[in-house]
Amino acid sequence: MADLTLIETPEPLDPASPLAVRGLTVSYGEKPALFSLDAQFPVGAMSAIVGPNGAGKSTFLKAALGLIPKVSGEVSVFGRDADRMRDRIAYVPQRASVDWDFPTTALDVVLMGLFGQVGLWRRITGQHRAHARACLARVGMEDFADRQIGQLSGGQQQRIFLARALAQDADLFLLDEPFAGVDAATEAAIIGVLKSLKAEGRSVVAVHHDLSTVAEYFDHVLLVNLRRIAEGPVATTFTADTLAEAYGGRLGAVQIDALALQGG
Amino acid sequence: MGAEFVQFSLTPILIGIFASVACALPGNFLILRRQALIGDAISHVVLPGIVVAFLITGTVATWPMLAGAAGAALVAVVLIEAVRRLGKIEPGAAMGVIFTSLFAGGVLLLEQSDTSNVHLDVEHALMGNLEQLIWLRADGWASLLDPIALSHLPPELPRMAIATLIIAALTWVFWRPLKLSSFDEGFARALGLPVNLISLGLVAAAAAAAVAAFDAVGSIIVIAMFICPPAAARLMTNRLGAQVGWSVVFATLSAILGYILAGYGPLWLGASNSVSAAGMVAAVSGVILALACLFGPARHRVGVAAGG
Amino acid sequence: MSGFLDALLFQAGYNAALVALGATLLGFAAGAGGSFLFLRKRALVSDAVAHATLPGVGIAFILMVAFGGDGRSLIGLLAGSAVSAWLGLLAVEWMVRRTRLPEDAAIGAVLSVFFGLGVVLLTVIQGMSRGRQAGLEDFLLGSTAGMLRQDAILIAVGGVLIVGAIWLLRRPMTLVAFDPAFAAARGVDVRRVDLAMMGVVLAVTVIGLKLVGLILIVALLIIPPVTARFWSERAESVVWIAGAIGGVSGWIGAAWSASAPALPTGPIIVLVATGAFAVSLMLSPARGVVAAVMARRAFQTRVHRRQGLLALARSEPIHDRLTLKILRNEGFLRPDGVATEAGQRACARIARDEQRWSVARRLHHDTGLTGRYDGLTPITDVFTPDEIAWIDSNIASEGAA
Repeated sequence: MADLTLIETPEPLDPASPLAVRGLTVSYGEKPALFSLDAQFPVGAMSAIVGPNGAGKSTFLKAALGLIPKVSGEVSVFGRDADRMRDRIAYVPQRASVDWDFPTTALDVVLMGLFGQVGLWRRITGQHRAHARACLARVGMEDFADRQIGQLSGGQQQRIFLARALAQDADLFLLDEPFAGVDAATEAAIIGVLKSLKAEGRSVVAVHHDLSTVAEYFDHVLLVNLRRIAEGPVATTFTADTLAEAYGGRLGAVQIDALALQGG
Repeated sequence: MGAEFVQFSLTPILIGIFASVACALPGNFLILRRQALIGDAISHVVLPGIVVAFLITGTVATWPMLAGAAGAALVAVVLIEAVRRLGKIEPGAAMGVIFTSLFAGGVLLLEQSDTSNVHLDVEHALMGNLEQLIWLRADGWASLLDPIALSHLPPELPRMAIATLIIAALTWVFWRPLKLSSFDEGFARALGLPVNLISLGLVAAAAAAAVAAFDAVGSIIVIAMFICPPAAARLMTNRLGAQVGWSVVFATLSAILGYILAGYGPLWLGASNSVSAAGMVAAVSGVILALACLFGPARHRVGVAAGG
Repeated sequence: MSGFLDALLFQAGYNAALVALGATLLGFAAGAGGSFLFLRKRALVSDAVAHATLPGVGIAFILMVAFGGDGRSLIGLLAGSAVSAWLGLLAVEWMVRRTRLPEDAAIGAVLSVFFGLGVVLLTVIQGMSRGRQAGLEDFLLGSTAGMLRQDAILIAVGGVLIVGAIWLLRRPMTLVAFDPAFAAARGVDVRRVDLAMMGVVLAVTVIGLKLVGLILIVALLIIPPVTARFWSERAESVVWIAGAIGGVSGWIGAAWSASAPALPTGPIIVLVATGAFAVSLMLSPARGVVAAVMARRAFQTRVHRRQGLLALARSEPIHDRLTLKILRNEGFLRPDGVATEAGQRACARIARDEQRWSVARRLHHDTGLTGRYDGLTPITDVFTPDEIAWIDSNIASEGAA
């Protein structure tokens, strides 16, 4: 350890990665939620962020987007500051984070995704509306365009959020628990849309809580519990060993066995 | 209903309408953001603001009063936010601490200073003097075309009209960011919208409406108009645009009916004195809200609860 | 100054003493009673209650005059105010339950509409032949000038009764304020306790009308609880501390205002309480601003130190300037960026801590303990020495395998 030296000029984070972070620490008061986290997601892939409750998964997305302040660390989106890349990022927040009693319709919410294009002034034209309706159609909700959002089911609300992200026409999609509390039909519809995004060469990063579907849905996984436990392709990274480390005693041997993973 | 109406009722009613609409517009967004009571807080701190302005300038001229009220509103908003963040106190309680403290300070200053020879008191700040904003020079509808008579309009009328137009224009210009950040703050932030600035701008617009209105119509109308017309409008529709439209209709209706009932109601009942127009406007807005609560087509919470 | 001392010691005349006693009791009752609302996160309901008293005062006056009285009987006016405040409270609850409006909008609607009605009634009364000297405007800001002896006694007795009621109901009310679901599971009738809480707030408001007025009574119901929260994490102590702060504010405020002219009682009491609040906000050891700023700084240093030492231990480069600065200042790094001897020792210590945590989190099944892993807490703070030894033996055997 005697020959430790330091390089003070930071190397840039990988510009090919749609989202890369280094040394990210975030805390709520005195309690760190993420500690010195490094991560680098591959382009054109479906990536999952997996870890136990309270492990900092949603915090990671929010800090990467600059929605909450970080104590230290750097974030890059396609090699640049996230602030300057906002029009290339589409964010799908947790469904519970908004007031669904708000007086607005499904189509209106999707049109919000076009704010980057229309800004304060530009008129919303028939073309914009057609685009928004097409996004609704992609999530199977075209018949609900004029419904007040509070009258939709949980799964339908989640689809509206996804349609809004689609309207943004972004290259990086960040989703916070998109499958939480949705019905099976919605889950299938959402995963279909995400796979089509991947086919178009876009990158998807989703906070995911259902271990049984990680291998089926995703290519790349970041296992997180306060810090990075493991990261890499699902086939080699999502193993009994890494799961045991991420979940500790919370995940019994039986559950790990049920996932039919190699190792351990 | 001719000359006398133009002389004694037209200008107060118009001023009442402008003041009501100016408050109802930002009120729509405040209600949706669960900040309905910020209007209440701002109206209470108008008193310390005008007292301080009087102590500094020694007069009760309009512009120093307005500046003092605006300054106090700003101080209150900043203090509420500071207490909320620094003390980790829930917003309602933070608001309660600050506006009552500032109000107490205002009353104390008022008692301590010699204001016996000027018209400056708590009741005036609360109730305004809508009934006195008459147009003596008018002698009928023709006066509306008479430049000499027009030059004697009560100055509150053009002032309130301009304030209302500015607030309406701001609402129109910033409609999209206001709507977006009120509905989904996280998404708005992710888009790069200056969410905190929008929020501050909204409160500033509310404060401007309150300050412009209090001198003419008093704080009661201001508080009532921030809340009652938008709340009633929310129960009429599930579209934000329509809600704002309804709130303007309800605010206008409250101002007109309230003034007429206050001025003529007691006479119809055989009494000789009119009653407070400001109080009556607030009461009418309450009746409208009660009707909307009972019959508004969108009054019920419907749909699936979010979360889970 | 001696006037102030006399008043503090209840020596400034019988009436002044009664007023001071009444203000103390009222402050205590308001602080303690307001705590339950504050802990229930409904502090501003008191604003609606207070403003809703005004039409009741007006109607009571009109009724008393109509039945041949002179209309100024305090007890009659207070009874009227209690009825209309209760109606206001019911209106808030009804709106929240029956419509989609949130509670804050309902509170604002009730307070402005009831207050507007009250003002209309005041102007009606001013038009009545007996109304000119009614003095009902005093209920806006309170007034102790010319207070009748029986009024002062009424306030003092009312204060005693409210404090007694709070003491009797303190257990169920704390339980409900803290965790209504748990209280319900324990068999407490939450709705009735809520009603009792509202009853206490209403009683405080009504008793306080004459002394501090309807606008400032809200301050006495909110400021002492918020202040008390800075000094305790326990619900029941918050209640009594808030009572004490309110009581002392009432006592000092009433004495102060009695000692000099042009010092209105209500505002002075409120401002004394505000002073206590400001001091607590800054200086409270657990939640104060000064403590928070210092803790935040210390925390940031800890994070950067730990992050830097971990990077050193793994021979990774350090990019963060603050991290470098902290490591240098604390003697872990030489100016040229090479670790000092102390730095190396610290690295080894932290690397071992990390290794122990990693094993503990994998093998130890008590997530309550392993869940305390936050990247900063040394493992020796969480596990006993023999447990650490067990962890170390696992590390050794894994290393051997």
